[in-house]
Amino acid sequence: MKSTYLKPTKDKINTFLPLGSIFVIFAFLDILTNTFLNRNITGFLPQTLSYFIPLLFGYIGFYLIRIEFSGIRFLDKLNKNINSSNFNAFLTLLILFIIIKAISPLMNWLILEANFAGSSKDDCTGNGACWVFIKVWFNRLMYGLYPDVEQWRVNSAFILLFALVGIAFFVPQKIKKYFIIFLLFVYPFIGIKLLSGGSFGLVYVETAAWGGLSLTFIISAFAILFCFPIGVFLALGRRSSLPAIRYISIGFIELWRGVPLITVLFMAAVMFPMFLPDGTFIDKLIRVLIAITLFEAAYMAEVVRGGLQALPKGQYEAAKSLGMGYWRMNVLIILPQALKLVIPGIANTLLALVKDTPLIFVVGLMELAGMIGLAKTNPKWLGMAMEGYVFAGLVFWVICYAMSRYSQNLEKKLSTER
Amino acid sequence: MNLKKLNIENKKIRDFIPQALTVLALLSVIFYFATNAQINMGNRGISFGFGFLSQEASFDIAFSLIEFDGSYSYGRAFLVGLLNTILVSIIGIFLATIIGVIVGVARLSSNYLIAKTAEWYVEIFRNIPLILQIFFWYFAALRALPSPENAINFYDISYLTIKGWYIPKFVWTNFDIFFYSLILAFISIYFLNRYAKKQREEFGKILPTFTLSLGILISIPLLSFLLLGVSLSFNYPELKQLSETSYTYVNGVSIIPELIALALALSMYTATFIAENVRAGVMGVGKGQKEAAASIGLNKGQILKLVVMPQALRIIIPPTTNQYLNLTKNSSLAAAIAYPDMVLVFAKTALMQTGRAIEIISITMLTYLSLSISISILMNWYNKKMAIKEK
Repeated sequence: MKSTYLKPTKDKINTFLPLGSIFVIFAFLDILTNTFLNRNITGFLPQTLSYFIPLLFGYIGFYLIRIEFSGIRFLDKLNKNINSSNFNAFLTLLILFIIIKAISPLMNWLILEANFAGSSKDDCTGNGACWVFIKVWFNRLMYGLYPDVEQWRVNSAFILLFALVGIAFFVPQKIKKYFIIFLLFVYPFIGIKLLSGGSFGLVYVETAAWGGLSLTFIISAFAILFCFPIGVFLALGRRSSLPAIRYISIGFIELWRGVPLITVLFMAAVMFPMFLPDGTFIDKLIRVLIAITLFEAAYMAEVVRGGLQALPKGQYEAAKSLGMGYWRMNVLIILPQALKLVIPGIANTLLALVKDTPLIFVVGLMELAGMIGLAKTNPKWLGMAMEGYVFAGLVFWVICYAMSRYSQNLEKKLSTER
Repeated sequence: MNLKKLNIENKKIRDFIPQALTVLALLSVIFYFATNAQINMGNRGISFGFGFLSQEASFDIAFSLIEFDGSYSYGRAFLVGLLNTILVSIIGIFLATIIGVIVGVARLSSNYLIAKTAEWYVEIFRNIPLILQIFFWYFAALRALPSPENAINFYDISYLTIKGWYIPKFVWTNFDIFFYSLILAFISIYFLNRYAKKQREEFGKILPTFTLSLGILISIPLLSFLLLGVSLSFNYPELKQLSETSYTYVNGVSIIPELIALALALSMYTATFIAENVRAGVMGVGKGQKEAAASIGLNKGQILKLVVMPQALRIIIPPTTNQYLNLTKNSSLAAAIAYPDMVLVFAKTALMQTGRAIEIISITMLTYLSLSISISILMNWYNKKMAIKEK
């Protein structure tokens, strides 16, 4: 009898709703004043009790306002989404309180008490982050040890790339083909020439000086460019009817997929020179680039193979019955469909490639993460690891999140066409 | 007639030529590399061979599960590294599974806040390179811990400091008897489950298997304590002053910060992928299955245990094993923060000392390769066993 009396129902809404709201509001008032105003309004209670008051009051309040079919739109929505049962109400409160508690020190460290102005470590006087560190080292973090006066070359190489990609989206279909061919086969040489110099009046800059975020982009771009076709060939090879080609492909793919990238990089840096004739020297960056490309190509091959296997047999038979040969069939009929099927997988592999680039620091190449390692061990800037890695994490996060969002959009766009 | 014959021959030749060319190209590349390697090694006065493995290593390893110091061999150093790799992988897999399952289930929660929080956890940790996360934990987060004299104290039992996490040391007497009792417990649980399955299938009787198994698992080892003279005591870590300002803890077991950072980063990163697998698996079970189960009178717990989970696991397990494999391979990033795993001990330190690049890199790669291949063989066997048997 009593339990039905205490149960919040619609006909007693006028009692329960205000009562519950007061409880909830009090709970949040308590925790907010506690966090932001440093004042404990339940301080007169024993410490442990006072600590749990917001949770207890919020819980009671949420119980009281859990009125089914109340007719009030906002309340119904609230109950459905965050307050559907006792357990859910508890979790909701817990999460909200943790967020409220965490946001204040986080904001203080990131912005409110952080230092932005200045030019040395001594300018960082607050308790928060020392963003001066990033500001002072920004050029190094972006360009590595690339000479300051030559940095316009890196900039112009990237601006040219983005401009070309941008234009490629807008030019009419007819020219687009040539544009893309130019972008894929001619631009890389222009870009490399611009970066390394040595002719056309440009000063030679050795690859050991390349670094920072721009190196991340260079390596990612080249590896993506090469690993994709190699991966497609390997996938076709693995499904070939010719046994020698099939087994070689399988062996190649499984070999790369079975070992960690770090050992592959060691191999490229330490072991590979032993395999070359005495006196020949291949630039370390190129060796590393080849290693990353082959490594990611193996993963790409498995993704593409998934797409090839998912295509119904009828597609192959139809193409053959039209008199198409092996290459025409694959290029015109099979691959366009298969690749479309595995766009998420391709995007994930490319994402993994970008996320793998920081690893090159193990062989002495310094991209963003490596440069931060260098900067934080500078005697003038000791103790800046947190700022550095938070910054690098943020940069990589933005890049990777944008990539994954773009791939999701692409997938949606292409799937509606079917 | 003639034309047809020509065609067949043509096809045979068409098939043969590319294969022969590929094999030839591959062989010549291998031959080229091998001769170069031979010449190079000849110039440096070293010959190919694995004899160096029994030479004295003469370097120390900071953290090792088995006894090791400079007087042991390179082979032993390799073993230490391998064990450390396996240790961090097991810890990582254990934590990643727990976090991954919780986050994956949370993403399916009807509670908007819970689902969103879980989603953001996945989006944040999946899109930051693992190596940066390891650096963050090691160089930034764990460096903020207090020094030993101001350690974070957990009830005087264990202490968290900048030098590592000190936990009590287990001191066993007659550990072997305890170990055998555990094995005995597992064997009896196995037979109990077989018996229970038979009872269920033949007579429709349902035994409380879980409670019984738990009882066996607790009671048999407990008996070994009471009757067979097994005992366990703890050595608690104690603060000891080394000099004026330097303190350390003695007597306990120290878990080095490198291991903590690596295990944390690996598990939190891999957990995002496991969470996605769990979500996909549970969503992959058709709504009709749940409704059908409810309509024959199963309750919520039974639906989850008997209908949803067996089907979801079939979807979840293959990609999740892949993630376990990735975690194991990613544990090689240990080399970046000086956790003495196989890559650091063997492919870095030992290689630098001996200069035997080809042998050492091949051993390291082969070890990882055999790890991967054995896990995938196990996986295929499991998949076959779990696959729906269609009649």
